[in-house]
Formats: sequence, C-alpha cells, structure tokens
Amino acid sequence: MSGVVRVLIPVALGTNRDADLAAAFEAAGAEADRVPLTALRSGEKKLADYQILAVPGGFSYGDALGAGRLLGLDMSGWFSEQLREAVSAEMPVFGVCNGFQALVRAGLLPGDGDAVLAHNMNHRFECRWVTLEADGANSSPWLAGLDEPIRCPVAHGEGRFVAGDIDTIEDRNGVALRYLGDDHLPAGGAYPANPNGSMNDIAGITDPSGLVIGLMPHPENHVFDRQDPLRGRFAGGNCLPLFKAGVDAVS
Amino acid sequence: MFGVALDSLDEYKLVHIHSEAVPDDIGRVADVALASPVGEWWISAYEHQIEGIVIETGLRPGVTDREGAELVREAGVLGVDIATATIGRRFVLHPTAGTELDADQVAVVANRVLHNEVIERWAVGHLEPAFVGDHDEAPAVEIIEMTDLTDLDLETLNNERRLGLDHVEMVAIRDHFFEIGRNPTDAELETLAQTWSEHCAHKTFGAHIDVVDRDGAIVETIDGLLSQFLRAATDAIDAEWVRSAFVDNAGIVAFDDKNDIALKAETHNHPSALEPFGGANTGVGGVVRDILGVSAKPIAVSDILCFGPSDLDPAELPDGVLHPKRIRDGVIAGVGDYGNKIGVPNIAGAIVHDPAYTTTPLVFAGCFGVLPTGSNPTDPKAGDSIVVLGGAVGRDGVGGATFSSQTMQAETAEVAGSSVQIGDPIVEKGLIDVVVAARDARLYNAITDCGAGGLSSSIGEMAQEVGAIVDLRRVPRKYPGLAPWEVWLSEAQERMVMAVPDPAPLLTLAERWGVGAAVVGTFTGKGRLVVVDGDESVIDIGCTFLHDGRPRRHMLATRPAVGRPQRRPVPDDFDESDATLELLAHPNIRSNEAVIRTYDHEVQGGTVVRPYGGVAADGPADGTAVIPLGTDSGRAMVIGIGVNCLMGDIDAEAMAWNVVDEAVRNAIIAGADPSQLSLLDNFAWGNPTDPDTLGRLVEACRGCHDAALAFGAPFVSGKDSLYNVFVGPDGEPDPVASTLVLTAIGVCAKPETVPLTGATAPGNEVWLVGPEAGSLGGSHLDAVLGDDLGGDLPRPDPAAVSRHHEVASAIAGGLVVSAHDLSEGGLAVAAAEWAFAGRVGLDLEVPGDEFTLFGEGAGRYLVEVAAGDSERFGAVVGSASRIGMVTDTNRVVAGPVELTHEQIQRAFVGGEVVS
Repeated sequence: MSGVVRVLIPVALGTNRDADLAAAFEAAGAEADRVPLTALRSGEKKLADYQILAVPGGFSYGDALGAGRLLGLDMSGWFSEQLREAVSAEMPVFGVCNGFQALVRAGLLPGDGDAVLAHNMNHRFECRWVTLEADGANSSPWLAGLDEPIRCPVAHGEGRFVAGDIDTIEDRNGVALRYLGDDHLPAGGAYPANPNGSMNDIAGITDPSGLVIGLMPHPENHVFDRQDPLRGRFAGGNCLPLFKAGVDAVS
Repeated sequence: MFGVALDSLDEYKLVHIHSEAVPDDIGRVADVALASPVGEWWISAYEHQIEGIVIETGLRPGVTDREGAELVREAGVLGVDIATATIGRRFVLHPTAGTELDADQVAVVANRVLHNEVIERWAVGHLEPAFVGDHDEAPAVEIIEMTDLTDLDLETLNNERRLGLDHVEMVAIRDHFFEIGRNPTDAELETLAQTWSEHCAHKTFGAHIDVVDRDGAIVETIDGLLSQFLRAATDAIDAEWVRSAFVDNAGIVAFDDKNDIALKAETHNHPSALEPFGGANTGVGGVVRDILGVSAKPIAVSDILCFGPSDLDPAELPDGVLHPKRIRDGVIAGVGDYGNKIGVPNIAGAIVHDPAYTTTPLVFAGCFGVLPTGSNPTDPKAGDSIVVLGGAVGRDGVGGATFSSQTMQAETAEVAGSSVQIGDPIVEKGLIDVVVAARDARLYNAITDCGAGGLSSSIGEMAQEVGAIVDLRRVPRKYPGLAPWEVWLSEAQERMVMAVPDPAPLLTLAERWGVGAAVVGTFTGKGRLVVVDGDESVIDIGCTFLHDGRPRRHMLATRPAVGRPQRRPVPDDFDESDATLELLAHPNIRSNEAVIRTYDHEVQGGTVVRPYGGVAADGPADGTAVIPLGTDSGRAMVIGIGVNCLMGDIDAEAMAWNVVDEAVRNAIIAGADPSQLSLLDNFAWGNPTDPDTLGRLVEACRGCHDAALAFGAPFVSGKDSLYNVFVGPDGEPDPVASTLVLTAIGVCAKPETVPLTGATAPGNEVWLVGPEAGSLGGSHLDAVLGDDLGGDLPRPDPAAVSRHHEVASAIAGGLVVSAHDLSEGGLAVAAAEWAFAGRVGLDLEVPGDEFTLFGEGAGRYLVEVAAGDSERFGAVVGSASRIGMVTDTNRVVAGPVELTHEQIQRAFVGGEVVS
C-alpha cells in the first residue's frame, strides 16, 4: 500500500485519550483522524477508508454500567458490520485502556473465550508508571519492534485481567505484554509492579490472528523521551516501537 | 460502628425501569447491559430472595443519573423502548447473631453510612423510585409585594427567601421598584440577589474599609482591597506578559510566541461540606469551565484541600456536620472522578489538616489552559444569538451563589439541599471539544460559563453592555414543572453560553460531538435585560441598575495586635530525631502519594515534572510542570503552590508573604523563570463583618501586595470565599482558620534542566541556599509539640527574591542535579524527604539548634551539585553555603538528627519499606 497510513480513532462521549493516541501514531509516521462516533454512524466517515483502527482510552459514556461496556455494545451493535469487514480484511486493531475494555466487551478480545477487565485488586483508580515486557512467543506484528522492556503509565480503576480460561490464551501465546518488577523480573502479581492484580501479570493480549491487540497501560503517553519521569536513569525504553510496528505492518 | 453490631452488609445495585416493554425484552436488555459472562449477574428485584434488614437508597429526582440515562439510550439501540431508568442501591444488613436492631439504629446506619440526604432518599424495605417527570404543573411568575414594606419586613423577606443581601441593598431594591412604580417578580428579585451576592460581586473586596486601632481610632482607610492591594500590585508591575488580569473568567498570560496560558482557581467549600463528592466534583467542573470561558483548552487541574482531623472522635462532632474522614474521602473521590473523566491531568495540590477545618472544610480547585494568542473574543454584538451549550436544567443547584455567600448552620443541609449537585464530567468533556473547535472556526463573538446563578449570571453579565432578550421556553429542561425563575437560576452543571452571529454551524458542531445546544435569545443592543416565558414577562430591568445599582459596602476592620511573646525553650527531653519523625508523620507533611495515585496526572502526555518522583516515585516534588499538548516551542508551564494554615490567625501579613514565597520557590525548583511569574490568590476567611476577621484579611492583602511587588509577579486572577463559619446548635460561631492559597505560574524554557526529585548521586555536594536559621513562631514544630512556644513568625524577607533568581540561574545553567525546598518542618524534614526520595544518604554539618533544624522561612533550598560544578555553582548562587555530601548509605545525618530510610518511610508513608 502506498502513501501515508491512516489511523481511525473513534471518539465516544467521554473518550479522552484520543489526542494522546493520535500524537503517538503521528510520531510513528501515520496520519491519525479523531472521529466522533456520530460521524461513523451517519456514514460521513467509513472504517474502510483507514488502514488501522485504534480505540483510545477514557471513560466512554462515563463508564456507565461498567467500563467499556456501552462502547463495546456500540461495536457489536450498529458498528458490527463495518468492524467484521475490517477484521476479515486483516486490518490491525489497537485498543488501549478503555478501548481494550470495549474490545473485550465487544467480543473481539481475547476472541476465543470469555474475559473481563475487573476492578483493580485495591479497588482504587491507579495512576503510576509500570514496566512492560513483550511475550517473546507472541508473533503479533504489533510486537515486532519490542526487543527490550518499555515503560509507560497506567491510569485506570478497572484493569485486572481475568480470563474464563487463561490456559487457552497462554497456550496459543496470546499474551502480548506482562508487568515487570524494577529488577526486570516478572512482577509475580505483586503490587505496585503489577498495579491491578491481573492474572499472570497480563497487561495486554492479542486475538488468535495477532492483529487485534488490547492493553491496559498507556504506551501513547511515552513516545518521547521527555515524558520519562526518570529521564533515562534506568533501563526501559519508550513505546514508539509499538506504534511503528503497527504502522509498518500495513505500509 | 455507631453502637450497631453487624456481621455483614451486602450491597446490590438496583435498577428501576419504567417501561411498557414485555419482561423478555427487559431481560434481553439486562443480559447485555447489566450482566457479563465473568462475574456480573442480574435478577428481578421482586424475586431476589434475601434475609436480613433491607435498606434501599435512590437518587432524589433531578440529581444527575448518568447510568440511568445511558441504560435508556442503550435499550433504544437494542430496540427496546424504556421511558426512564434510575439507579439505586439495596443494602442488606445482617445483625450479629443474638442481637437486634431497632428503628433508630437502622436510621443511624442509613444516615451516617449508606446515604447522603442531600442527593439521596432511603427507606427500610422497598423505596419507590423517583423518576424525573413526577412533578406538578409549573408555577407561574410570582409578584413580590415589596415597594411598601417597612425596614423590618424587608429583613423578613430577605431571610425567608434566603437572599443573603445587606439591609441597605434590600432598601436600594425596594426604592428602585418604588421609583419605577411596580413590584419586582420573583425572578427579578432572585436575579438581583445572585448578581449582588458576595460570590458574584465580591462586595467585601470592593468595600470602603475603615481600619481602627484597639482604641477605636481610624488609622487607615482602604478604598477596596482588590483595587488598593491586589490590582494595585498588578498595575505597578505592569508586566508585558499579562494579557488579561481580573476582568475575564480567568487570567491570561503569555506562554510562547504563539500561545497563551489561562489560569484560575476557585473554592467550593459550602457544597463540599454537605455533599463531599458532589461538591468537590462540581468544584472541579466549575473551574474547568472558567478556563473554557476564555476560549482555552484545559491542560491541567490542581486541588488544595483542608480538612479536620481524620481521627476525630465522632462524639465531638457537632450536629449537621459530616465526619472529617467522610468529607476527605468524598472530596478526594470527587476531585479524582471529574479530572480523570474529562481527561485533564491533576498535577498540583496540597492537603492540609487542622481542627479549624472540621466544621468548614475547604476545597480549592484550579485549572490551567492553553489558547492561541488573541483567540478569545469578548464582545457580544447586537443581533447575536444567545446559544446555551451542554446539559438541560432542573431544580438542581438553585440559589448556589447566595448559599455560598452565607454562614452555614446545623440545618443548612436540609434547607440548601437543592444548592448541591453531582457533576456529569463526560458532558463537560464534550464541551471542551466543541468550544475548542468553535474557537478555531471563529464561530462566536463572546463566551462565558454558566456557573453560580445559572443563566441569570452568565447571560446577565454578557448582556451588561448590550442588553438581551431570552425566552425561557427555549431552554432545554430535564423535566416539566419548573417555575420560570428556577429555569433562569438553575445551576445545572456543564453549560456554556455563547454570543453567536450565525448559530447553524455551531449547532452542527455540537451535534457532531454529542453535546446539547439551544438558541435561547438574542443580544438586543437596547441595554435592558428582558426575560419572557412564552407570552409571559418574567424579567424586565435595566442593565445599569442590575450591575451598578448596588450601594457600596462600608466596613470596619480592627488592626491586629502586633508583637509576639518571646520564644521559650523546647522541653528538656526534646529529641531532634524523634521530632523529625513526628513532623514527617504530621498530617500536613506526611506522604499524600496514595491520594495522588488516584488522580490521572499523565493524560494528554505533557507532564514532565510530577507530584511524586525519585527512584520509587514516592518522594514529594515541589512544583510540577507540563508541556501543553499541541504546542511546539518545547516550553513547559510550571505550577507552584503555597498554603499555610497555622500562621494566618497569628500574623496574616507574614503568612501571606510566606505563602507567596512558598509558591514561588516551588515553581523555581520545577524550572520556572523567576522573571515571568504570575499569581492567583484564593482567600478562605470567616465572617468579614467581624472587624477582627476583616482586620486579618486587610493584613493578608497587604502581605500579598508587598510580596507581589518584591517578586515582580502580578496577580492575574483570584477568588475570595468568605463567611466560612459554622454556627452550631448552641449558636456559637466556629470560623475557619484564615487561609490563603497562592498559585504561581511560570514558564520553563528548558525542561531538560529541571532538577530531579530526590537526591541522586553519592559523592555530590549538598548546598544550603538562604540563612541557616529559620523562625519557629507558627511553625509545624510547635504543632507537633502541641504548644505555642512563642517567637516571631518568618518576617517578609525581600532578600529571598535574589536567592530565587540565583537558584533559577543555576538550574538554567544545568548546575543543579536535584533540589528540595525548606518548608513545613524546616531543614530536617526537607533533608529526610529528599534523601528518601533518592534512596541515598546525606551527611550534613549544621548547628544542632531547633531554629536551624526546624525553623521555617522564605527563600531556602537544599541543592545537590556535582562535585566538579562546585566552583561555578558557588559563583552563581552567592547566598549558598556548602553543608555536606550525598552518601551511599541509608542514613540521613544533620547535626544531632540521625535517621534511616526505614525510619523515614515508617513515619512519612507508613507500612513496609520499598527499596
């Protein structure tokens, strides 16, 4: 495909990290378009005119009835046909935080079983920097550039990944990213390295195709070195390779 | 708990659905919208088998119910018609075996723990839901017989309608309507009360004040605190970076060659005392709209919170007052909820605890925004349409401006319940998108927010020069049954008002972003404020009388006594290390990291200096900084905050100076250029009609004026909150501590040179900037000793100004590795926090007296300098002296003080050590 990669960033009422996500994809060389759902619903904008779908963080519909639920229902309801076509055309899909929650609610993730992003183990909204490592066995194109750990913030109250059948996801190497401790060993469920108590330290997963990725942390908030609170004093790089890999996959 | 023995308490979410759909369809909605495959289930409430005592709670009609509204919307997507839905909770109490609860005990649990009567109702067993729409027919406009009232009857009217006006103001209104030969309508009277309220008109800050000495002789007359002190400092400094000061919703200052910064801080004290979550929530919402009201995109929020002691014995709590712990939890949750949901990082603040805040907690909320230079139009034109953006109105928040301008009493919660609301932040997020897009497309000639006083204030103020006509029938409502004056005065949140030459593109834009919009009237150019409800006249008054007809207040202030008793020695068994640990554990000093973690301080991706930093991100930073999303100069906006609750009632002038200094030095450490600082003032004071209280306010304003001049930092906006007094059932007034919050805003050209939080490298040198000894009057040392040992407060210190400049020069020159300011608790506390943050040791050679170790004062810093930069640093910062080294131990040594990281952590954070 020639030309600049176009990323669709859907904006529901209450979505709020849309501009952050757009800035990250733009830093990776793509052109990002923040589109209100009303414009998708009216047909003014079409998913088919883009090469990547990136569902941003925030509090879509105020998290009413559960984080991501109503946006997920939008996706599995009136938006489902466009989405099905896009997925069957092998469009990469990226969901971060509330976007991840919505992809799970919509059934796109994990894609082969039930899962939920439950309330954090400490029952609080939690904003702190975490260290993440890509699972080397996962062959998703999104992870192609992640040779070393990355660091970025989490900011959520409902991010504890719980799967109905975790072994199925592990067995197909569907875990994308895990929380690491400061020593760069697995967090082992320990707070605060694993900030929410997720099963198996899971921060993000992919669907069986590897094209749909969802994660709770915010890599879009660490694509420039100036955003690093430790200013490079400790290992753990920025997250730009994640976005570049996605863009490269469709370039 | 309250003498009630419970084994357990179960909680269920109740969803009341009002629909003619068949049960199967309702079940289909519930399956999809309420349950989930992992962990959530539903059952018809009538089939819910439960044992125990059931208490159900539900929102009062008209209180924001986002979940109910979304359920209705989602059911529609699924093809099921639901008329209304509302969310409540069902609690099941299981008393301890062998005990029973009587009705009084059940009521105690319901009232103290399970619900807040300001926004909720409750019942034992089934609670009939209150759907909006269950209302009587709308009352008509009422004429208030006023023109022939006696002075005494005027006061009765004033009290009955809770207008909160002075007697001379009531007389002026009566005489005005007598002159024009008719009585006012209810809406006219309420509009005047709102417009002339302390909240909107700042009567005390504009008043003529006679200051008398202890003998009653006039020693000074003040021609308005605002003009003589605050604005006077701004005028004298005449800074070229100030774009707008005091006249708009927010101050505006230059940022880079393309953009300006807008800044504002507000208080929301009375509402937060009654409904902590909702009060704080809407406090943030309100100040964010102040920033939108000058066409700026919000980039940061701040919160400074003052509470009573969390461990207060409930038996000591006066009737009508919520427990400080409940207020604290609710306020923090409310602040976090709003900022997190609108996607604006909360990056600055403070939490102060003092018994003086038990009955009158304080909530200061700030917001900062960015706008292209010159992009805020402020000129409504005759013929412009009046467009209201955002939510619909209800009976929520009627009378907030007058409510917040009066003292509170035990029964205020019942009377003023409707003055408090719950916010709906996602509507405000939509407003941000629409306002920014409308600004960039230049769709409006003026904009303002709809805050206290509702449309009466917002349209009233915009119409001040041109006049307007409004038809209330066109104002979107949540439910029928509202009187015209209620529509006009409703403080329903999340609304903005614009003067728009062509509404069509704005309405399209609003629809695209899912935000409500309605054209409700026109600016006329006729100089009158005219409001109709269909054919019926509601208001018809001249803008001149509304805005200039209020008689100026004359007030009396008493000059505070000067002189403090000589400092007495500390007790014989005083131990410097123990005192340092007690200070580190003091509620005003100890770590607030657990609170900060519940606020999103990263959204928008611009945060470069965070509230907590260091190797484990648990060391307190001083100032904070953010690079505004969408700017490309590489510059950061810096925020420094100063507040002190111990000094104001002793020496308000010294307190004010020191609070300004604290805000400034916090900003300096976060990289601010001291030659381009701007200030926000927020006063929270008691009843200004008490001459002693007003006397302290005069001195605080004088301190602000003098400090601003000394620092060359102009005030650009501010807000005063007065009448922070609780009158208990015994009739005794309990005033708040005289409290001033100062916010300093600066610009950092090179964020990469900003010092790190926490000392970093063993072998580096430690320098002390400023005098070795501080002052102990009004200090935190005396607070932990539980005894005022006397002595002077830190005096205004003009020499501090040059020290700030020297430190800033060293930072800009890359000579400062890390730094920490000396504030509450002085040098010993600063050294402990700083070393702990970096998990390094310190070895400081300082005198062991308490003035050196614990004294407080202006312009003092600890600075870490690389050994090789020693000479250059000494040359740049002439006021600094080298006092020691960073070490690779876990020990902090400062004269007689010797502490390990573990001891510091246990006192400062509590819990186990994270290494």
